[in-house]
Amino acid sequence: MSELVNVYPSTSPEPQRDDPPIIEATNLTKVYKMGETEVHALRGVSLRVWKGEMISVIGQSGSGKSTLLAILGALDVPTSGSYKLDGREVASMNDDQLAEIRNQRIGFVFQKFNLLARNTALANVALPLAYAGLSDREAKRRAAEMLAVVGLGDRLHHLPNQLSGGQQQRVAIARALVNQPSIILADEPTGNLDSVTGKEIMALFHTLHRERGITLIIVTHDPNIAAQSERIIRLKDGLIEYAAQEVQTA
Amino acid sequence: MNFLRNFGIAIDALLANKLRSALTMLGIIIGVGSVVALLSIGNGVQQSISRQITNIGTNLVTVVPGQVRITAGPPTSQGIRTATQVKPLTDADANAIRERVPNLLGVAPELTVNNVTVAFQREKILITARGVTLDYNRVRNLEIAQGRWFDQADDERASRVAILGSDAADALFGGLNPIGQTIRVGNAPFTVIGVTVPVGAGFAGNPDTSVFMPLQTAYRTISNARTASGARRVSVIYISALSSEDIPRVERAVAQVMRQQHAIREGAEDDFTVLTQQQFLSIADSITGILTLFLGAIAGISLLVGGIGIMNIMLVSVTERTKEIGLRKAVGAKKRTILMQFLVETITLSLIGGAFGILLGVGAALLVGATGIIATTVTLESIALAVTFSFAVGLFFGLYPANRAASLQPIEAVRYE
Ligand SMILES: Nc1ncnc2c1ncn2[C@@H]1O[C@H](COP(=O)(O)OP(=O)(O)O)[C@@H](O)[C@H]1O
Ligand SMILES: [Mg+2]
Repeated sequence: MSELVNVYPSTSPEPQRDDPPIIEATNLTKVYKMGETEVHALRGVSLRVWKGEMISVIGQSGSGKSTLLAILGALDVPTSGSYKLDGREVASMNDDQLAEIRNQRIGFVFQKFNLLARNTALANVALPLAYAGLSDREAKRRAAEMLAVVGLGDRLHHLPNQLSGGQQQRVAIARALVNQPSIILADEPTGNLDSVTGKEIMALFHTLHRERGITLIIVTHDPNIAAQSERIIRLKDGLIEYAAQEVQTA
Repeated sequence: MNFLRNFGIAIDALLANKLRSALTMLGIIIGVGSVVALLSIGNGVQQSISRQITNIGTNLVTVVPGQVRITAGPPTSQGIRTATQVKPLTDADANAIRERVPNLLGVAPELTVNNVTVAFQREKILITARGVTLDYNRVRNLEIAQGRWFDQADDERASRVAILGSDAADALFGGLNPIGQTIRVGNAPFTVIGVTVPVGAGFAGNPDTSVFMPLQTAYRTISNARTASGARRVSVIYISALSSEDIPRVERAVAQVMRQQHAIREGAEDDFTVLTQQQFLSIADSITGILTLFLGAIAGISLLVGGIGIMNIMLVSVTERTKEIGLRKAVGAKKRTILMQFLVETITLSLIGGAFGILLGVGAALLVGATGIIATTVTLESIALAVTFSFAVGLFFGLYPANRAASLQPIEAVRYE
């Protein structure tokens, strides 16, 4: 049962690098107010990420993984703390600036794909380009290219419900990639897929990481996936857990 | 995001929920339809009243006895007449106007006698007899459908000739040819020499239900109509100016002659009133204008209700599409882009509804018009108004839901189930 040691891997040390980190989060907290009660989803998370890293974020359900990823993806704002992306403070950006960050700098991949059901694969992938102000023609051209990259060059005009789960997630990945962001954030991207398909999606992420030098942060439940990444961040109760406290042995 | 793309998204979203979109539109369709239909009724009434006023004659200036203050209707029916100041008009007044006011198309006094029995064989009707002068038909725009108008000789000899209004002729003769037949007007026998073309009820009585005869004949047969001083009384004097621009001059000149005729001292009030068609027209216009406004306002309320329906559905739609909106924002849609998307959607909804509403309204107007009860006129203005209204309704009632959508956080894409 020596494999079980890997089931609960702990937070890896930061890499020793001289270049400035592209992500620098300091003391992030997030409090959800639900009527009288407050939920402290993040309680002071500090984190640095360098260009080209592939990081897995793990931790039990409810430990704050999705909350952290949403803040890093500029989908949500922290209650307190600082978040710098490429040295620019994100917490103080206005709505339009945040929209631009989401559009240009970060690609987000969701567990449930989140494709527009009435739009074809091509239109779904072209969406961020449309919001970036590209012409319809140019957007479609680039979207088709990106769909070819994820292996769906022959499924351009399929609607989401005409595609398998794995194919839908590929469309979503193409959508995340299409504006050529330097960072891809994925929240349990294989959570809705069977293990074989999940492996294929992970293989795609690895390829993108290797061949395009994309920075990847993937939230996952799957210890095997975590084991494949270069660095692991383990969350527990809204904090990064550094020591390997829960090593289990047979 | 350009407008066309937003329009595409809007159409797509509306098609995704066809039944709902159609039902939502129904409010606007009915609203716009009733605006167009009711305005067409208002406009139709306005036009038919204007036509009735113009029907009484061309560039007409009318002198009636007494002080008439026109308030809400024709002087001879609803005007307020101050009894103490009534001094009858006479044919001498008419002659004075004819002689002393230059450049007139005609001066036509009329002696009106209401409720005169007119009989042909065993057929009897009660109508208005009008003793008139030669140029009366010209001044009042009366055309002869059958036979002829009377001539100078008839007038001078006080011949017992009668010209029947079209309805009167129908009532007495049915299908028979009335020309040359003998009728009784009051107690006197008359020969029918003509029948007029129907014109419909106007502001100065209905020629269709009248019998016309030379003024001199009328004095001898149905009313000798002498004033206290022995002059021949007339009921009204119609004067036709050469052009509408000339009407103010004629109005002044006639008033002056009348004051001299009636020996009214400087500073004393007139004992007669000079009326012009323009006065009738402007009064009628203001009344029908209020009517139109009123009808439009009623219709506007239903449009308002339709707008609230749109807002309601759009709010539901925004809630339902939280995930979609969140996703759009998550991939980079700006607040104003989402705002535009939803605004375009509501405006598209209400404009399409408006287009159907116009069809409905025009159809309803035609249908109402076809019944012949009320005249309807669909004007370009009312259609433009309907389009503007439905655009405004879409904009106004779409703004709140659109703003709601635009303010959603992208995190909702992940969170909302
Ligand atoms: N919108 C929210 N409102 C209230 N509580 C929330 C909300 N989102 C997350 N939480 C709570 O915050 C904590 C962290 O949630 P999350 O980041 O989704 O955890 P994980 O992704 O690790 O499962 C949980 O206790 C969760 O119930
Ligand atoms: Mg989660």
